[in-house]
Amino acid sequence: MEDIYRKYLADPGALQTLRASEIPDQLFEKLDDSEKDSEFVAMASKTYFQDAWCRFRRNRMALIGLIFIALMILAAIVIPVLSPYTYDGQDMLMRNAPSSWAHPFGTDKFGRDILVRCMYGARISLSVGFAAALLNLVIGVVYGGICGFIGGRFDLVLMRIVDILYSVPTLLYVILIMLVFGANIFSVLLAICVSSWVGMARQVRAQVLSLKEQEFAQAAYVIGASKPRILFKHLVVNCMGPIIVNTTLMVPDAIFTEAFLAFVGIGISIPMASWGTMANDARSLLMSYPMQMVWPVAAICLTMLSLHFIGDGLSEALDPRKR
Amino acid sequence: MADRPYISVQHLKTYFDVTRSLFEKRQIVKAVDDVSLDIWPGETLGLVGESGCGKSSLGRTIVMINKPTAGRILVQGEDVTALRGEALKRFRRDVQMIFQDPYASLNPRMTVGEIIREPMDIHRISEPEARDARVVELLRIVGLKPDHIRRYPHEFSGGQRQRISIARTLALNPRFIICDEPISALDVSIQAQIINLLKNVQREMGIAYLFIAHDIGMVKHISDRIGVMYLGHLVELGTSDDVYFKPLHPYTRALLSAIPIPDPVAGKARRRMMLEGELPTPLNPPPGCPFRQRCPQASPRCGETMPELREIGGHWVACHNVEG
Repeated sequence: MEDIYRKYLADPGALQTLRASEIPDQLFEKLDDSEKDSEFVAMASKTYFQDAWCRFRRNRMALIGLIFIALMILAAIVIPVLSPYTYDGQDMLMRNAPSSWAHPFGTDKFGRDILVRCMYGARISLSVGFAAALLNLVIGVVYGGICGFIGGRFDLVLMRIVDILYSVPTLLYVILIMLVFGANIFSVLLAICVSSWVGMARQVRAQVLSLKEQEFAQAAYVIGASKPRILFKHLVVNCMGPIIVNTTLMVPDAIFTEAFLAFVGIGISIPMASWGTMANDARSLLMSYPMQMVWPVAAICLTMLSLHFIGDGLSEALDPRKR
Repeated sequence: MADRPYISVQHLKTYFDVTRSLFEKRQIVKAVDDVSLDIWPGETLGLVGESGCGKSSLGRTIVMINKPTAGRILVQGEDVTALRGEALKRFRRDVQMIFQDPYASLNPRMTVGEIIREPMDIHRISEPEARDARVVELLRIVGLKPDHIRRYPHEFSGGQRQRISIARTLALNPRFIICDEPISALDVSIQAQIINLLKNVQREMGIAYLFIAHDIGMVKHISDRIGVMYLGHLVELGTSDDVYFKPLHPYTRALLSAIPIPDPVAGKARRRMMLEGELPTPLNPPPGCPFRQRCPQASPRCGETMPELREIGGHWVACHNVEG
C-alpha cells in the first residue's frame, strides 16, 4: 500500500495502469456538490430564429446584401431631406453636368440633380417592393393556408381560380388597372399584387396540406384547439422558412416590375422620379451622356442583387435540410 | 368497479372513401367494421392486431379525429358522435390521446412549456399565473426537470419526447386516454420506462386506457383485458390471462405463436403456427369470415356468413369453429 502511495507521489501517471481495486482509499478525493449540477449547466437553448441568424451571418454575400439594403434605405430617407435640391427643381444653367462636388452623380437634361432623383426613385422602388411583398405575404398565406387546411372540393375550386388568375398575362392587368385608376403608385402596387400572390398561396397550400397530416397537428386538434389556432399557431408557423424566403424574393421582383413599367412609360407619372423613368429619360442621351443611364441602372442592379443574396442566405439559413 | 362502463363503443364503423377521381367506381376502405366494446373506469383495455387491421383507426375515431360512418360512442351514457363546438371541447377534456411517433407529435416551433401549457390555455383551466406552476408539476410527474421548460422538442430523446407528450395529455386531467402505439417508436430499454410511467399515472389518477399495440407480450403486461382485431373486426375479447393463455380464435393463436421465446430449446419444441398469405385488402372484402383465406381450420360455413362475436364464459370470440 505504502509502496503505491510513494509511486503515486513520484509519478501520478503511473496510477493509470492500476485497477480501481488496487488504488488505496486515501488517494480518492471528495468532489464538492457542484459536480451534481453539471447536467443543469447546459448551453442556453436557441430559438429557431437565433439559430437561423447564426447561420445567416456566416454567409458573407448575404450579409453584404443586407448592409447594402440598409444603407440604401437610410440614404433614401436622409439624402433628399439634407440635399439643397429637389427631385423636380430645374437648373437650366447646369444641364447635363458631369459629376462634381455640388452634384455627385451629375445632372440630367433639365439640370435636375441625379443623386436626389435616384434617392427619390429608391423611396418609390423600395416602398413598392416592400409593400408588394407584405401584401403578398398576407394574402398568399391566408388564402393558401385556408385552402390547404380545409382541402377537398373547396380547395379544388379556389385553386382553379388561382390558376385562372395566373394564366392571364401580367401586362394586361397592368394596362387595364392603369386605365381605370390612373398612373400612380397605388395602381402600380395593385397591378403587381393582383397576380404575384399566387405563387405564395400555392407554396403555403402545399406545405399546409402535408403538415396537417402530421401528428402534432392532430394532437392540437385532440386537445381542443380551434381551427384558426391550429392553422396559424401550428401549421403556418412551421412553414415560416419558405414563407420568409418567398417574401424576400418578392421584393426584387416587384422592384423590377415597377422599373420595367416605368421604363416603358406606364408607371409613375413625370416629374416623379423612379429608376425606370430615369433610365428611360437617359435613353435618348445614351451616346453623349452615358453616365446618366449608369446611375439608375446600377441602383436597380445592385438592389436586386443584394435582395437576391439575402433571399438565398435566408433560404439556406431557414431550411433545415441545408444544415 | 363502477356500475357502468366509462366509454361504450357500439357497432362502430369507420369507412374511408378512397375513390381517386370523380369518374372512377367508388372505393371504400372499411377500416373499422362493426366494432363494439366497453371500457370501464380505471381499467386498461389492450388492443392488438397486425398493421392495417384498423386498431389505430378505431382509436382515432373514438377521439373524433376520424368521423364514424355509423354506430355510437357513449361516454358515461351520452352519445358523443354528434357533439359540436363547446360540447365537443368539454368532451376533449375527458378523452385524450397519446400518439405513436414522439418525433412528429410535438410542434417543433414551441417550447416544452408552451406545449404543455397549451391545453390549459385552450380550456382556460385555472388562473393564467397558476398554469406555469402546473406545467412544472406535470414535468415532475413525468420525470423531467423544471429547467426543461424553455427547451425545444428537438433537444430531447425519443423517450423524453414521449414523456412531454404524456405531460401535455395529463394537463387536462382526462378520465380516459387512448395510447396509440406509444412505445413502438422507442428503444426497448425506454419502452419499459414509459410503460411504468403510464401505469403509475393510472394508479394515481384512476385513468382508463385503450392501449393500442402490436406487441401482444407488452399488451399482456399492461392490460386488464385484451381485444384482438383483424381486418376491421374485433375477433376476440377477454381478460388478458384468458386471451394470452387460453386463446380461442385461430388468429389469436397464430399471433401468440409468433412471440419469440428466449430459450432456444423451448423455442424449438414449440409447434409454431405459420399463417399463409398476406393480410387481404380491406377494399370491398368478400362475404363471410375475414380470416378464412388464412385460417387453418376454415370450413365451408366460414365463406357464407360472418361470425358474430359471442360469449363463452366471459370470453368473447367471433369464430364459427369454436365450441361453446
